Amino acid sequence: MRDFINRNVAFLFLFPAMGAIFLFFFIPVVASLFMSFTDFDIYSLGDISKVRFVGFKNYIELFKHPLFWKALGNTAYFVFIGGPLSIFVSLMAALLINSKMLKFKSFFRLAYFLPVVTTLVAIAIVWRYVYHPEFGLMNYFLRIFGIKPVDWLGDPRFAMPAIILMAVWKNFGYNMIIFTAGLQNIPGELYEASWIDGANKWKQFIHVTLPLLSPTTLFVSITTMIGYFQLFAEPYVMTQGGPLNSTLSIVLLMYNEGFKWWKMGYSASIAFTLFFIVLIITLIQLKLQKGIKID
Amino acid sequence: MKKVLFIFAVFLCLLKFIGCHRESARREIVFWAFGAEGENVKPLIREFSDSTGVKVKLQTIPWTAAHEKLLTAYAAGAMPDICQLGNTWIPEFVALNAVVPLDEFIERSERIDRNFYFPGIWETNILEGKVFGIPWYVDTRVVFYRKDLIRKAGYTNFPKTFDDLLKLSRAIVSGKLAKYAILLPVNEWNIPVLFGLQFGADFLKENNCYGDFSSSEFQEAFDYLLGFYKERLAPVSLTEVSNIYQGFSVGYFAMLITGPWNLGEFRKRLPDSLIKELGVAPIPSICDTSYPGYSLAGGSSLVVFKSASAKAEVFKLIEFLSRPVSQVKFYGLTGDLPARLESWEILLKTEDEALKAFYLQLTKVKPTPKIPEWEQIAMKLQEYLEYAAHEKFTTDETLKRLDSEINMMLEKRRWLLNRCKK
Repeated sequence: MRDFINRNVAFLFLFPAMGAIFLFFFIPVVASLFMSFTDFDIYSLGDISKVRFVGFKNYIELFKHPLFWKALGNTAYFVFIGGPLSIFVSLMAALLINSKMLKFKSFFRLAYFLPVVTTLVAIAIVWRYVYHPEFGLMNYFLRIFGIKPVDWLGDPRFAMPAIILMAVWKNFGYNMIIFTAGLQNIPGELYEASWIDGANKWKQFIHVTLPLLSPTTLFVSITTMIGYFQLFAEPYVMTQGGPLNSTLSIVLLMYNEGFKWWKMGYSASIAFTLFFIVLIITLIQLKLQKGIKID
Repeated sequence: MKKVLFIFAVFLCLLKFIGCHRESARREIVFWAFGAEGENVKPLIREFSDSTGVKVKLQTIPWTAAHEKLLTAYAAGAMPDICQLGNTWIPEFVALNAVVPLDEFIERSERIDRNFYFPGIWETNILEGKVFGIPWYVDTRVVFYRKDLIRKAGYTNFPKTFDDLLKLSRAIVSGKLAKYAILLPVNEWNIPVLFGLQFGADFLKENNCYGDFSSSEFQEAFDYLLGFYKERLAPVSLTEVSNIYQGFSVGYFAMLITGPWNLGEFRKRLPDSLIKELGVAPIPSICDTSYPGYSLAGGSSLVVFKSASAKAEVFKLIEFLSRPVSQVKFYGLTGDLPARLESWEILLKTEDEALKAFYLQLTKVKPTPKIPEWEQIAMKLQEYLEYAAHEKFTTDETLKRLDSEINMMLEKRRWLLNRCKK
């Protein structure tokens, strides 16, 4: 008996968490995978006999639909421009914050972190004013430099850059904190040694800081990429995907199909497509990072 | 392992217990109303409870969340007894088999009869020959315009035909009376549908199973509408006018197509000097003889859900809210136009010009196709209007693409109808 308890006590403690994860995570995931092979919609909600098993039809239709490719393109634009930009800004901010010459460190840390913890809806309202074509702060600056005002959120060419700018501003503080922690873990002796060897600040950065920061960079780039692929709230509150679908992201498309039109089957197929895209890109990223380490 | 299973079983029982607890006895009517209507119906509900002794539990839900909330409540089996429903949503809830037909109640009732209502509005509540909702308040689209600018353009009265409207618009823009003549937002499906109605377009064909936007009628209407954007009589970009009240008062545009809810807003927000210059006119028509033109039959109806326990009591509440006195009072509280003709007799005595225009328009309204997919089709139409207004595609190409997308959406409907035949 005692033996039994000893062996199973771990299960006992794990059970509440496992149970919750199983009930609220695994079952819904499996159910939605199944759903993505059916045409579950508003009719089926009323009468379950009106649901049909359609095999891969949802996926085929999805890949044939120009709106999906448009949304995928927009999301990729956001991830591959906004992602690196946000990591770069975070790293720069972390270096500045970590600098020995800086006073009021905790004030700046707080100031840069503040947008991360502010609700997006409040931020979006402020940024809508910032981007206002006539009275906005953005165009005010442009005018100072003699550049013609831009209709930030109304012009299909500028809407996505505007969203990226806002997202970078809102999110860089989080990665900055992680980078600061990474920087503080680099032993001071290494800098001293390289200094004795005659390395200047720039060489120290390239040969000491960056290599030792690579585990942090890997972590940051993967979490940022996964997070950015799930772009939703920014376009949802700022533009609703417009103008001309130029800020429609994959998740926003999924939300519209699923919760606006209740095409749950179709929408589940979008979710799984996104899952596979993120999985593949994460694997590629891991592989690349390993390759760098061997060199 | 047994122990683990045992705990799991206990856990499940607990869940079950929590789940059942909700079903505590309720003897009151649960009424869901949305937004401003929900806020303002309270005094009427209190009056009803005081006179009949029936308790009503009112829940107010914001308009933006209403549709999702109703569907999730349906999926969870937690529907109210009675609810306000935008009349374009009724087909969806009929398809869900969530609302009950009210014919037998209407037959027995002395207070509710189809002749008491605008025919176009009553029509929106009928599906498969049965009445599923009682109109509560109505909504339609009319033209708001600046009288002073129109006078300057040489018009004493608002144009009665579309050709005249076009001429007026050109006069306004070429005379630099306003930057744009009319505001026709490219992200509102009402606008292309309104134009389509004038030209006699049906939107869908073959028992609403296929898109019919490439029909010659709709093409003509669509081209007419696009002309306003092409000649720069109407703005294409949406952000150019971030505040319509301000845009209207500074003379950014001289006319706009909008609904009754904006009448109060305009009167509240326009500078005093402009309030008397605010004119309201019905939609123009294609030829003089058919004036006014068709507009949309909008508004909300009251419906009874299948899960309601005391349906007779619930219908009494509907009767109460449908009394002409209640409706006039409700108009005073919200500005929502009453659905009953008798209420209008009282309202029209106030000599309000705008109300007269609304009344005239309401006698000529048409419902949009009554299928659950309509909302989705309308959004697609809006999407393609935006593309066409930005001149990404030609009219012909736009409408062909639109139809083919709509045909894909209606595949399920065709399958269901075929299945019923068999």
